[in-house]
Amino acid sequence: MKGNSYFSRKLHSLLGIIPLGMFIVVHGLTNYQAFERGPEGFGKGVTFINSMPVLPLLEIFGIYLPLLFHGIYGLYVAYQSNSNTGRFKYGRNWAFTAQRVTGVITFVFVFWHVYQTRIQVYLGKVTHEELGSLMHDIATNPVMFVLYTIGVLAAVFHFSNGIWAFLISWGITIGPKAQRISSYICMGIFVVVSALFILSLVAFTGDEFKEAASAALAFTNIG
Amino acid sequence: MAEATVATKTVKFIITRQDTPESQPYNEEFEIPYRANMNVISALMEIQRNPKKSDGASTAPVCWESNCLEEVCGACSMVINGKPRQACSALIDKLEQPVKLEPMRTFPVVRDLVINRERMFGALKRVKAWIPIDGTYDLGPGPRMAETKRQWAYELSKCMTCGVCLEACPNVNDRNSFIGPAAISQVRLFNAHPTGEMNKEERLDALMTDGGIEGCGNSQNCVRSCPKGIPLTTSIAAINKDTTKHLFKKWLGV
Repeated sequence: MKGNSYFSRKLHSLLGIIPLGMFIVVHGLTNYQAFERGPEGFGKGVTFINSMPVLPLLEIFGIYLPLLFHGIYGLYVAYQSNSNTGRFKYGRNWAFTAQRVTGVITFVFVFWHVYQTRIQVYLGKVTHEELGSLMHDIATNPVMFVLYTIGVLAAVFHFSNGIWAFLISWGITIGPKAQRISSYICMGIFVVVSALFILSLVAFTGDEFKEAASAALAFTNIG
Repeated sequence: MAEATVATKTVKFIITRQDTPESQPYNEEFEIPYRANMNVISALMEIQRNPKKSDGASTAPVCWESNCLEEVCGACSMVINGKPRQACSALIDKLEQPVKLEPMRTFPVVRDLVINRERMFGALKRVKAWIPIDGTYDLGPGPRMAETKRQWAYELSKCMTCGVCLEACPNVNDRNSFIGPAAISQVRLFNAHPTGEMNKEERLDALMTDGGIEGCGNSQNCVRSCPKGIPLTTSIAAINKDTTKHLFKKWLGV
């Protein structure tokens, strides 16, 4: 069974939900603290994540490796597909093409985003406490704001539509009615999770993140 | 008087031609006299009788395949005004003109509108889309099928291997080994049969190898295109469920 495309595709489908889908929701909720509770709330979220046990293992096996497999195998899946939305202008066919396009956008965006944030922390150029101000710098740059909005919407669409496809690929939603209802639920998920990210991105543009960051910086300098 | 009116009305066609399997395709335009209740096949027959292009120049008659002329054999599949369908049930009165005829390029083109659908029959062999009953002695009558089940299974049995679902599928192409929706639905049909069910694992195993059911990307064009209205996406999802269960059973050794 192992080594054939049935197994790879099933693993690709599973990893998209567990852990990657779960991760995107947690990420959205953590960011949303910036909107709901400001710099302190966001700071607490970051601290909470950093206080998790065996964090490096969680990051490697829970995020990096699944992300690499899902991303690279996903590029291959996209390469294997044609787009025939010109001939078949059905909503689901548009979603099929959009799933592949947003997957590629998300792939590029996630690499860039991880480089801009997590890698900078690894390199010692930014501390976890300064992530708020780093996001403030990114969000106040109009080009970056637009690119982040596109990246976030692409990632969330890919996630939401991916749930719909996951439910079919594992044989959970079988009939047309079940698939229609799940598509409504997935649309709802798209709206809610997108809102979490967009609102937090807007919150990061606030001046309080600049100040909070310098305060945190001052604190670390004293410490 | 009536005849004169009929004679002036014509039907325009743009047909994609191809002389050999390897040669480049090209378009030719035709204009033929209109007759009441024409379909694409009768129009092609008219071109065959008088193979002249709309500019009056002679050309080789257009080649196509057709058989039953009542949308049950699947032979006359072609792309008509951009959509794959059966030429016999494509009525000229209901088509926009000029009518564009192209071969279904998902399959190897033999000549003009004639394609080779061999991969579909190969797919049926691969998934063992039959019920083995041969033996060395009389096994007696098989188990009965519930009437409620027979009714939906009958819908699946309408598949005529016409290839329209493969032409509509964005995942059936040169870069992808996906078996296509038709064979998956046939697995559901034969696995639903009380005697066929006895070999269901063999058919599921066939779909759990390279180019099997995992090739479906859920664009759902197949179910929108099927001329027989077969619930192909329901079949795919149902077989997704069966293959998933089979996968875990194999792992757990049940």
